[in-house]
Amino acid sequence: MILAVLLLLICQLIGEVIARMLGLPLPGPVLGLALLLILFIVHKPIFARVQPTAQGLLQHLSLLFVPAGVGIVGHVDRLGTEGFGILMALILSTLLAIAIGALVFAGVSKLCGDTEENLEKGANNE
Amino acid sequence: MSDFLEIWSYLAENQLLWLSGTLAAYVLADKLFRTAGRTPYLNPVLISVLILACLLWLTDTSFPVYFEGAQFIHFMLGPATVALAVPLFINFARVRKSLLPILAALFAGSLTAIISAVGIAWALGISGESLLSLAPKSATAPVAMGISDSIGGSPTLTAVLVLLTGVIGAVAATPLLNLLRIKDWRARGFATGVAAHGIGTARAFQVNDTAGAFAAVGMGLNALLTALLVPLLIALML
Repeated sequence: MILAVLLLLICQLIGEVIARMLGLPLPGPVLGLALLLILFIVHKPIFARVQPTAQGLLQHLSLLFVPAGVGIVGHVDRLGTEGFGILMALILSTLLAIAIGALVFAGVSKLCGDTEENLEKGANNE
Repeated sequence: MSDFLEIWSYLAENQLLWLSGTLAAYVLADKLFRTAGRTPYLNPVLISVLILACLLWLTDTSFPVYFEGAQFIHFMLGPATVALAVPLFINFARVRKSLLPILAALFAGSLTAIISAVGIAWALGISGESLLSLAPKSATAPVAMGISDSIGGSPTLTAVLVLLTGVIGAVAATPLLNLLRIKDWRARGFATGVAAHGIGTARAFQVNDTAGAFAAVGMGLNALLTALLVPLLIALML
């Protein structure tokens, strides 16, 4: 487990260093993600090592957003005056992005003649 | 009473208090979420934030003091982003098979999220720092905060907007996609991950494993694309 954590941190570290060295607009952790993916593809045993720790971490992904979210206390004034506009923009653009993204995915997938094995059991049982 | 005050002033200076507080709020929120049958309206992130915001207000604690303790949890966002390589790798073959729909939906979803957010807010009279802080809101928090900073927005405001976006996406995705009659779990998950990052992805995993994996792919790819598109679009739009 410690080895897996170390590997995650090292990938992130290398990602941060590359992003800064090359002046890339990409965040270090995203480059770290790409790096780890390449490691998995090149040397599959690494995957088995990292998998349990990574999945444990991802299971509680929601928790990790809480501290940044509490930052809302510093913006109460702004949200009072601009809250309506900001909230409308957030709601509408998020709905639009989900709808358009999903429709484009389904549409292009159909165009490609993609016989979908993922239609299992229908999506309405949630 | 003076004993209590003494203990409190010790705790208030200590990182342990708000680290425990954050975990406790989350455990409570998660419990509430589960007992309510996992209804997305009781999103555990949103409930935890509300509990903690009330506690900070009641105890007259400033955000920087809170963050001293909570930063240990916040720190894990980086390694967790790297850990997304695991669901990506598990689904690598399927992702490669769906490469065309993925790329098309990625561009469509990412552009829609950025342009419509900035456009709608601008039409409703939002300007300046708030408008800039909105642009990267569909990307995952650490990425969006970095982008916001580099284009002249407020990173902490962006963090809040990212969180709200995630909660909106998590709440709306299932009813919206049912309404649109989209049954392909890949399409449902991917679009949710692109539009609503980690919180949407966490939601997608609750609904279906395939949806979750494709949401993780969407979130990862959109982090990359948003970082590239936002500076470009902001230069064009403003």
